[in-house]
Formats: sequence, structure tokens, C-alpha cells
Amino acid sequence: MSKQQSFTDQLWDFFCSLKLAIITLILLALTSIIGTVIQQNKSPQEYMEMYGWSESTFKLLDSLQFFDMYHSYWFLSLLGIFAVNLICCSIKRLPRIIKVVREPVLKADDGLFRTFSNREEILAQGTVESVRDKVVAVLGEKFANPVVNGEDGKSYLFAQKGAYSRFGVYVTHTSILIIFVGAMIGNVWGFKAFVNITEGQSVNAIWLRGDKVPTPIDFEVRNDDFKVEFYEGGGRPKEYSSDLVVLENGQEVMKKTIEVNHPLTYKGLTFYQSSYGVAGDPIYRFRVENRATGDAVTIMGAQGRHLSLPGGKALIPMGYAENYQNFGPAAQVNIDKGDHQHGTPFLVFKNFPQFDERRGGDYKVTLLDVQQTYYTGLQVAKDPGVWVVWLGCLLLVVGSCGAFFLSHRRIWVTIQPLEQGVGVKIGGNAHRNQPAFALFFDELKKDLDDALSS
Amino acid sequence: MDSSLFFNITTIAYFAAMVVFIVYLTSKNEAIAFGATLICWAGFIANTVAIGMRWYEAYALGYQQAPLSNLYESVVFFAWSILLIYLLFDLKYKQRAIGAFVIPFAFAGMIWAQWSLDATIAPLVPALQSNWLTYHVITCFLGYAAFALACGVSFMYLIKVGKEERSAEESPIGGLLGMFPSTKVLDDLNYKAIMVGFPMLTLGIITGAAWANYAWGTYWSWDPKETWSLIVWFIYAAFLHARFTRGWVGRRAAWLSIFGFGATIFCYLGVNLVLSGLHSYGGS
Repeated sequence: MSKQQSFTDQLWDFFCSLKLAIITLILLALTSIIGTVIQQNKSPQEYMEMYGWSESTFKLLDSLQFFDMYHSYWFLSLLGIFAVNLICCSIKRLPRIIKVVREPVLKADDGLFRTFSNREEILAQGTVESVRDKVVAVLGEKFANPVVNGEDGKSYLFAQKGAYSRFGVYVTHTSILIIFVGAMIGNVWGFKAFVNITEGQSVNAIWLRGDKVPTPIDFEVRNDDFKVEFYEGGGRPKEYSSDLVVLENGQEVMKKTIEVNHPLTYKGLTFYQSSYGVAGDPIYRFRVENRATGDAVTIMGAQGRHLSLPGGKALIPMGYAENYQNFGPAAQVNIDKGDHQHGTPFLVFKNFPQFDERRGGDYKVTLLDVQQTYYTGLQVAKDPGVWVVWLGCLLLVVGSCGAFFLSHRRIWVTIQPLEQGVGVKIGGNAHRNQPAFALFFDELKKDLDDALSS
Repeated sequence: MDSSLFFNITTIAYFAAMVVFIVYLTSKNEAIAFGATLICWAGFIANTVAIGMRWYEAYALGYQQAPLSNLYESVVFFAWSILLIYLLFDLKYKQRAIGAFVIPFAFAGMIWAQWSLDATIAPLVPALQSNWLTYHVITCFLGYAAFALACGVSFMYLIKVGKEERSAEESPIGGLLGMFPSTKVLDDLNYKAIMVGFPMLTLGIITGAAWANYAWGTYWSWDPKETWSLIVWFIYAAFLHARFTRGWVGRRAAWLSIFGFGATIFCYLGVNLVLSGLHSYGGS
């Protein structure tokens, strides 16, 4: 044997070892803490302000990739070691397990019997055949139908249950690798983007994260309407929703109102309601009454404009609040006296038309309504790997339940003629949850005793 | 009659059960242990009724949401989960003494919730209005509760094993420890509880990821809460694998279980109170 060979052997054993698995898991747990304490992916200025670090501290931590640690080379390497460990363990142990399941030992010799912690010997009367048939019947009823073999006047029985639970561990391990593969597919062929669409407008390009120019998509999305609803008696938002329409070559192909938690998916792209904002200035409508004459006019116009009033003066809408101190929609306005001198600003409320009565002045102003155009902020994602990840998750749950809660239970029986009658030797084991198996074995012994003594 | 009355009954019952369990340890009278278990059942039923009524009260206010919407509701649900897991373990393994080390977690939760948490029923913000919230919270908390039981049992193990080693030559241990299950049983219960908790935590992480993907298109974003749940998962995964290695049963396993529960509590509360992120129920 060359020295080279023994080194590869050592390396192989290292990557197969349980110790490596435990150490890797603990290292992953410990290092993961870093990224929860240091906020990730901020700008250098933000870090130095947030944590009061000097530039040298910042540079040191930056060189350790602590600011995007979950994508750092060392963290990914740790995950890589974890994956290699999982693969090696499985390659090493799986063939033996397959053998245990597919080619079970059908005839237990005395050596094997000695290894069982659950064993019993019963002396029965009759022939080997008659005793065997009784044992087969009891096993079949209480446990599983046994495989029967005969040799040299002896009878060998073997029965098993839950053999496939042996694979639970490997299903679990494989599922983690499948999740890794799914994540990689998503990283390579998927993307995250966002797009803002103003009400009434449509887009055919989205902004990939970190990009400075939009990326075209091969269909159009139009935002017909955006709504925000509030719970009664407070400013707590209840629901944001956007009426989206998907168009191809100018034809409407899909229509859906999306809300938070209810996205729209078309051609592998999913649009999520994520934010909103105001687009452009609001348009106001007021009713203005001349106190002296009682004449009233309705005027309409955008923020900052001089809206002429009869008599040469002008009303100027200055600002708008959707819900001013829980009094509902309010506008701040002032009246230009005609000499381009702004008057004192004052508030008018849509829900309280009489509010302006008390102010005095030449005009009584009532806010009729305000039309504010919104844009809806959509997150756009494409992730072809996500189904692979879900498959992995499903296998992870199924596999770990199998690995934890099912066990491979086996029973061997040897029946042989003895001087005083027929000797029945029973032994069995379970690869997990031995106490429960011991209880079951005691029951089985009793049943066999009853059957054989009758 | 409203839910707060039943929450009060729950708190009192858990306190009483805790005291009676301690009396049991000193008196060694099985009848007392049975009484403590009955009190646990009574408290559990009151806890269940209280959560049910709170659900109804939210519904009456016009909010269609399960009572899992803020820190207060999550803490009382945590107490409920601990009792559920404890009572199931009690039915199966009938080790009464562990109640003295598990019920205090539930009592601590209840008393904290009632004394200093805001019990107002507030409507959910849009991001949380999803059935995934219910699946996610229930699986996570059943996992946390099993880890709480494992932690309590691990404390018992460490106390008992320490005493055993010091008085190895003398007669069997008397006093309070006489009623403790054997160290072998405690070690096994620790393992069994984690075997229940681990798949639950796994499901909790998966339902969280599925929800995040459905709501934002990202199943994993290394948010501090997500990361801490993974840290907890890593710790218990290490625990489960350590069982197969010589030298990692017994004392070290008990410590690992206690660390694991410490990490669990940090994941549940610390992340919200100390760090910042998506799970904002603990924030001010």
C-alpha cells in the first residue's frame, strides 16, 4: 500500500465521519449568528454610522466578508463541506443498508441469537412441522408473515416489519441536497426585480435588483387601479390591492386584483404587491361661496395652481392629507388676494363641510374631493428552482418522520427437535425504539406460549 | 365572562400545579402527583377555552384572524403548547416528577403575558393576513414546547447525575431526588422530546419559507428570525447525530439540549426584542 492511498483513505474517512457532521453543524450554528448581529448589505457609511466603527475595523470586517456573510466564500465552503459530508456518509453506509433490507439473514444461528437482547426458548410438544405451523400462524397474525426455510430437520423462520424505515435517514440527507440544488437553480436561472406602475399606465420592463437599466419582458402589465383600505377608527392599513391586467400584443390575456399575500403569476414571473406611493400632484375640487353675495362656484385644479375665484382672487391648494388626525381627508389652502400675496394658509375638511364657517373672511371654502393618483410597487420574482426546493422539503419531512418514528423490527425463530420435545428459539431486534419493541416481544412470547401449549 | 377570566384561571392552575408537583417531590405521595396532573388538565382546558374565546372576541370585532396575532397571544399559545406536549408525554411515559420542571415554563409564560404584555386585540396588517400564519405558528410552537420539555428534563438529569456521582458509595439517593426518574429514563425522555420537536421545527421553518415565497417571492432571505430558527435547527440536528457517537449521551446531551432551548428562546423573543427584522410583534 502506498502512502498516497492511505492519505485518500484518511480523507475519505474524514468526510464520512459523524464527528465532522456534528462539528460542521455546530460551526454553521455559531457562524450564522454573525449575520444576525451585524446587519447585512449596508453601505460603508451606514456601517460606520450605525456601529461607530473606525475605517480600519470596517476594512477588517469587510475583508472577512462579514457584510454579506451568507454568500461569503467561507460560509458557502462550510455548506459545501456539509453537503460533501452528507454525500460521503450516504455512499459509505447505503450499500450495507440495502443489503440488510434486500438480503436479510433468513436463518439465525446461535451466534446471532446471542446478540439479541430479546430472546426466548420454549419447549413444545408435537412434531417440528406442527409446531412450525402454529408459530407461522401466530407470527402472521401478530406481526408479519414469515419466510420459512427447512434444513436438517430444523425449521427457520424470519419475519420483518418496517424495513424501509432504514432509508428514512438517507431520504432526509438526500432531501437536504435536493434543497441545495433547488437553491442553486434559483440563483442561476432566477431573479428578483421590482417595478412601479402608475394607475392607468402599463409597463413592459422591470428593474432587476442592482441594475441601473430596466430589463424588457415579453408582455405588458397595466395597473387599472390601486386601492388602500384602512381599519375603521385608526390609521392601521387593512389591505393594499392593485387591479392588474396582463396584455400581449395589446390583447388582454389575464386580469387579477392582487393583494399582499395574493400575487399574480404569468409566464413564470410572479408579481407581488409590495409597496405604493403617490404619483404626481393630486387634483382638488372645491366649492367656494362668496359670503357677501351668497354666490357659489365649483372649482377644480392641481396642487400649487391659482384657481380663479369670481372677483379676481384665487384659491391655491397647497397640500393634502388622506386622514388628517383621524378627521378624514383634508386640504391645506390659501387665498391669493389678487396682488400675488399669499394669504394665511388654512385647513378644509371633506367630511366637515361647515368647518370653514367659523374662519371668517370673504369666502367659505368646502373640500369636495381630491383625486390622488397612486403607483403600485410590485416585486417581481422568477425562481425555477422553487419546486425543487419544495420537493426537498417534502422529502425532508417524510424522511425525518420515517427516521424518527418508524423502526425496522425483525424476528427470527428456529425450531428443532430435542430429546424432550420440540425446541423453539425466538429472538428479535429493532433498530430504533427498543423499549417499545421489548414490550411487543413480551406479548408475542405470551401468544406463542398459549398457542404452543394448546 | 370573557377570555381574560379564563386566562386568569389558567395562570392560577399552572401555578398551583407547579406547587403541588414540588410538594409531591418532598412528600413522595403518588396521590398528590395525580392531583397535580388533574390541575394541569384543568389549566389546559381553561387555556384552550380562553384561546377559543379570544378567537371569538376578535371575530366579534370584525377581524377574521386566529388568536396568534401578537406577542401576548403567542405567549399564551406557547404555554398551551407546553401543556399539550407535557400531557401527551405524561399519558405515554407517566413520569410525574418532570411536571415540576416543565410546568414552570408554562407558568412563567402566562404570568409574563398577563402582567406586562399588551392584551389588546388588534387587527392584522396585510402582510400577516394569511392562513400560512396559523400553520407556521402552530408547528413552530409545538416544536418550541417539545424543546422546553427536553430542557426541563435535562435540568433534572444534570441535578440527578451530579448527586449520584457524589454519593456513589452510599445508599440510593433519597430526598427530593428519590422521586426523579432514573438518569437513563431522563436521558431517553430528553431524546424523545427532541425527536418530536425537531420535525415540528422543520415543518415550522418550511411553512415559514412557503409563506414567505407566496407573499414576497423569496423563500429564504437570511432575515435574523429565519437565521435563528436555522441555528436552532442546526443545534438539535447536532444533538440527534451526537446520540450515535460515543461520549455524547448523558451529561453533554443534556447541556446541548439546554443550549438548544436557550437558542430557541432567543429565536422566539430575543430576535424581536434585541435584533431587527420581519417578525415585528415584539417591537415597540
